[in-house]
Amino acid sequence: MDKKRSTELAIIANRVRKHALTGIYNAKSGHPGGSLSVADVLTYLYFDVMNVDPKNPKMADRDRLVLSKGHTAPALYGVLAERGFFPVEDVYTLRRVDSIMQGHPDMKNIPGVDMSTGSLGQGVSVAGGMALSAKLDKKDYRVYAVLGDGELEEGQVWEQAMFAPHYGLDNFTIFVDFNGLQIDGDITKVMNPTPIDKKFEAFGWNVIVCSAHDFDELSAAVDAAKACKGKPTAVIMNSVKGKNVSFMENNAGWHGSAPNEEQYNQAISELDAKIAELEAML
Amino acid sequence: MAKATRVSYGEALVKYGKDERIVVLDADLSKSTMTNTFKTEYPERFINCGIAEANMMCVAAGLATTGKIAFASTFAMFAAGRAFEQIRNSIGYPKLNVKIGATHAGISVGEDGATHQCLEDLALMRTIPGMVIINPADDIEAQLAVKAAIDYEGPVYMRFGRLPVEDVNGADYRFELGKGVTLKDGDDVSIIATGLMVQEAVKAADMLKADGINARVINIHTIKPIDKDIIIKASKETGAIVTAEEHYIMGGLGSAVSEVVCENAPCPVKIIGTDRFGKSGKPAELFKEYGLTAENIVANVKEVLKLK
Repeated sequence: MDKKRSTELAIIANRVRKHALTGIYNAKSGHPGGSLSVADVLTYLYFDVMNVDPKNPKMADRDRLVLSKGHTAPALYGVLAERGFFPVEDVYTLRRVDSIMQGHPDMKNIPGVDMSTGSLGQGVSVAGGMALSAKLDKKDYRVYAVLGDGELEEGQVWEQAMFAPHYGLDNFTIFVDFNGLQIDGDITKVMNPTPIDKKFEAFGWNVIVCSAHDFDELSAAVDAAKACKGKPTAVIMNSVKGKNVSFMENNAGWHGSAPNEEQYNQAISELDAKIAELEAML
Repeated sequence: MAKATRVSYGEALVKYGKDERIVVLDADLSKSTMTNTFKTEYPERFINCGIAEANMMCVAAGLATTGKIAFASTFAMFAAGRAFEQIRNSIGYPKLNVKIGATHAGISVGEDGATHQCLEDLALMRTIPGMVIINPADDIEAQLAVKAAIDYEGPVYMRFGRLPVEDVNGADYRFELGKGVTLKDGDDVSIIATGLMVQEAVKAADMLKADGINARVINIHTIKPIDKDIIIKASKETGAIVTAEEHYIMGGLGSAVSEVVCENAPCPVKIIGTDRFGKSGKPAELFKEYGLTAENIVANVKEVLKLK
């Protein structure tokens, strides 16, 4: 990927972070930590990888994405808004009783959302069903799912981990947001799901380990997933929970709580500074 | 001819399975759920998910998002029970076009005992907004239920049994989703039954006739949305109701009928169903022990008439 494009994507991803935090701040609830850690991969997929049409969100043979870690909906909504599925102002109505922006993704009412998720472990299975459908119909659309690392503690994930290789779903790529933290703390202390890469390898997946915040690495991972035939790909992304907001980074306390006014203003000014820095590079 | 509704299910999947949108999923029970008939006919559209029901329900949901009509089959216990939350969140909430073919419901499973005798699936499925629930009484009704499920856009739970049941409907039977069927007319009392208890209700009405009691027999094959009109009419015209189901006494047909009666046209109601976990035994022995017999319906009719 050329430098200019990765800089542009980084700018969009930081705008997405701002949208997500603004929605969470307005709602006074939500999940900032994971939203910030998945902002880059969601931006990259929706802007440079997936065949989607914001004017026709239900386009028949579009690529699909299931946010299996549905609690990071604010990031998904931010990306969909930036991509033109709905106005960014909609994201700021997150969780409000008169808004379509549900606390967790709702495919029925939010343009561009391919599956309603929120209950961990289920989205990845649904995505596997979508990928299987493409295979049955000999269609070439691809399916992506984004999972949390804590989510891997759900047994259902491993049911799908058996299923996708069994049916040779090489049109299916999952991204594990390996930020190392879950609500109750360090994932290795709460219920250790590591080694994540070796587990997926043992289940028959093509496994790629990369940074969640480096577009060149994400791009190489997606290319490698597309090139791999006969099995699905699991991209284990080393990520930083709370990425790009200094006081939220690597802090499990920001898994599911909203910033106060002072914290929100500081987060926005840090992100604005980051954006200005990136824009200067263009 | 007596036939188990799970057999009817398998036959209907083949009969109506030409539709390329139909995909059948199973969880390593295809020889018991009888989806193996579909597997033989349309192997490319049969997906064995292995013993992983939670994943199966969600895979079915994923298939449905892409325009497939996904039939997900396993025993009722592992469909409505084990995968309840998957059905609620990934099928019911997004209102996806998944048809759950739940076989081996009720104590008629017999010898396998309590862990496999699902007696709470109707209650569980009734709590999911928008879920259509069909509990057919005989072969023709089961087959037509499958057809109706294909034609209906949205989630459907179909409840089938392991034990052969007698025909209660004629060969010219027309199935209408959401409409109860009056099998016998009568003005003294109404017996409202579902599934394999419909055959017992018919027998009970014949026995009551000998005692000079004219019982109306109503078959409620669609538990949800329930046919309120036929129930209100029964309450108003007969003034007493006995319900009968192969299900726990809470949350199933008896509860559904009582809700309609209480809100619209109160009359005394007696609910026949199981009141505890099942156990191993031959189905006929279990029916007797748990009161799922024509004789017990007769006894309850006599009780409810005293309250009239």
